[in-house]
Amino acid sequence: MQTAVFFAIAAIAVASALGLIVRRNPIHGALFLVVNLGSVAAIYLMLNAQFLAAAQVIIYAGAIMVLFVFAIMVLIPGKEETGPDPLRPFRLVAIPFGAFLLVEILLMLVVRPAPPREPPGAEGGAEAIGRLLFTDYLFPFELTSVLLLAALVGVLALAKRKA
Amino acid sequence: MDFPAVSLRAILPAIVILTTAALVLLLDLLPPRERKGHLAVVSLAGVVAALLATTWLWGGESRAFRGMVVLDGYALFLDLVICYAAGLVVLLSMDYLRERGLESGEYYALVLLATVGMMLMASAGDLIVVFLSLELMSLSLYVLAGYFRARLASGEAAMKYFLLGAFATSFFLYGIALVYGSTGTTNLDRIAASASRDSLMMVGVALLLVGFGFKISAVPFHMWAPDVYVGAPTSVTALIATGSKAAAFAALIRVLVTSLRSTQPDWTVLLWGLAAATMTVGNVVAIAQSNLKRMLAYSSVAHVGYMLIGLVAGGVFGTGAVLFYLLVYTFTTAGAFGVVLLLEHAGGEGVSLADYAGRARRHPILALVLSLFLLSLIGIPPFGGFVGKFYLFGAAVRSGYIGLAVIGALNTAVASYYYLRLIVYMYMREPEGVEAVSTPSFAGGLALAVALVGIVVLGVVPTPFIDLAQAAVTPLLR
Repeated sequence: MQTAVFFAIAAIAVASALGLIVRRNPIHGALFLVVNLGSVAAIYLMLNAQFLAAAQVIIYAGAIMVLFVFAIMVLIPGKEETGPDPLRPFRLVAIPFGAFLLVEILLMLVVRPAPPREPPGAEGGAEAIGRLLFTDYLFPFELTSVLLLAALVGVLALAKRKA
Repeated sequence: MDFPAVSLRAILPAIVILTTAALVLLLDLLPPRERKGHLAVVSLAGVVAALLATTWLWGGESRAFRGMVVLDGYALFLDLVICYAAGLVVLLSMDYLRERGLESGEYYALVLLATVGMMLMASAGDLIVVFLSLELMSLSLYVLAGYFRARLASGEAAMKYFLLGAFATSFFLYGIALVYGSTGTTNLDRIAASASRDSLMMVGVALLLVGFGFKISAVPFHMWAPDVYVGAPTSVTALIATGSKAAAFAALIRVLVTSLRSTQPDWTVLLWGLAAATMTVGNVVAIAQSNLKRMLAYSSVAHVGYMLIGLVAGGVFGTGAVLFYLLVYTFTTAGAFGVVLLLEHAGGEGVSLADYAGRARRHPILALVLSLFLLSLIGIPPFGGFVGKFYLFGAAVRSGYIGLAVIGALNTAVASYYYLRLIVYMYMREPEGVEAVSTPSFAGGLALAVALVGIVVLGVVPTPFIDLAQAAVTPLLR
């Protein structure tokens, strides 16, 4: 059952990734990307990493995709269908990269390296992560808020219309 | 659930600066809204308070927040360096910004937030904290580099710094991930305890070095430095050249010397190459520069090369020499950029070599002060630069890296050419063109005086400071 579900989700992920690079219309590409990110989130869920799945949906499929679509709308309004691809010569570069990845995957299948060491307390639930955030990782957690403050002040300093 | 004990004492200097940053942001909203001079004074008071807190904590040693933060002599020594850098930059910024009508609370808040990041980099006990504080510092500096929005070069500098910085950050993060994969922890002490030396670790260390190499602007990761130094407001340039370098060195030394000790033979070889390349490229390219800020940028690249010599030499002597050199370098470079800042015209001109022809006649005191800073940068006694170089090269010879010491000494000879050329221009050339009369600035003068006293004291009575630097690195090497 689990294997069947995995293959179904994996097929959706691969198909949507293909759709992203094949479609010429950037908006269609963006929508395919949403599907792709969603199916990856489902795979995380199957690996028992609930928190990662939720973060994937909220951050990638939510916030970052909105930014993408927004940028597409603002930058190229009305001419989503573009002419000939200016980066066509670069497609040749894809061949060695693709071959490299293929060799890598085959190598992994042949060698079958030992799985990485299990980090302590590696539970993907929100509870385990929340517990870690407020005990062992309290300091980095608080430091992140200072980082966000700096980003906020920085945006203000750059965007403020004055002089 | 047991919460970790919150011991603010361990991060007191950073907390003081952070509180000041928040205070500056709040005061910015209150009247008087036109004059912002008081914000600089508040910022300066915060930096001085952090300096006092650092001296108050002196001698203490503790770990806080489950090993995320380390308070030791090493962190405190670098807090001192960073406080001086931040203080000098705030002093230099006051009149510089007011003359250009660009004073704002955000500027000072960002300088202080960058300072918080720098301090935490020096006292980080975990790669995650290194990463977050590095980002805190970098984000603030990206924005500050583009602070002169009306100036095209400033925007270009910010964009370049941001893009290349983000790129370097991703290398750094990948390095952390691989080190975590190899050791199963990001805590610096536990990484040291695992003494891992597998291929995963090796690639991780190399990627970490790329990330750090960018932040300290070591060749071949220095490409951003000249453009950013030229385009950024000169006060921000001084901060990037001093504080951010000191902080990056702080984290680099702690990570390399404590947690990556097992891979020392491997990274020593890499650093040898980096040091030789950085010195040589920095100095040789600096000769060809006609823009003073660009010349000082390449000169600061070259000085990074000198400091890497000490890291290659290793041990209490080599690492201590790096710390001492950082202190000297901070005063000297902040001072040199300070003079350039005071002589800069409102539009950003007046920083080319030709503009400095005959400067000694119009600004005798500033020209003299700049000459003294340049002599310290060459490494001529009785200034701190001489003692710093002496100890660095001495440590290299002591550890058997005679080739590196010779390259360093040759580079010093090359470097003296372009420093002395500037002095010759100031004293022995006729002035060209008309010059705007620059108003004397009390705050700027004070900053130069502090920096000048710093390099003279460090040059005349270096022993106590050398002892301090060596005592600071001793716990790392245990």
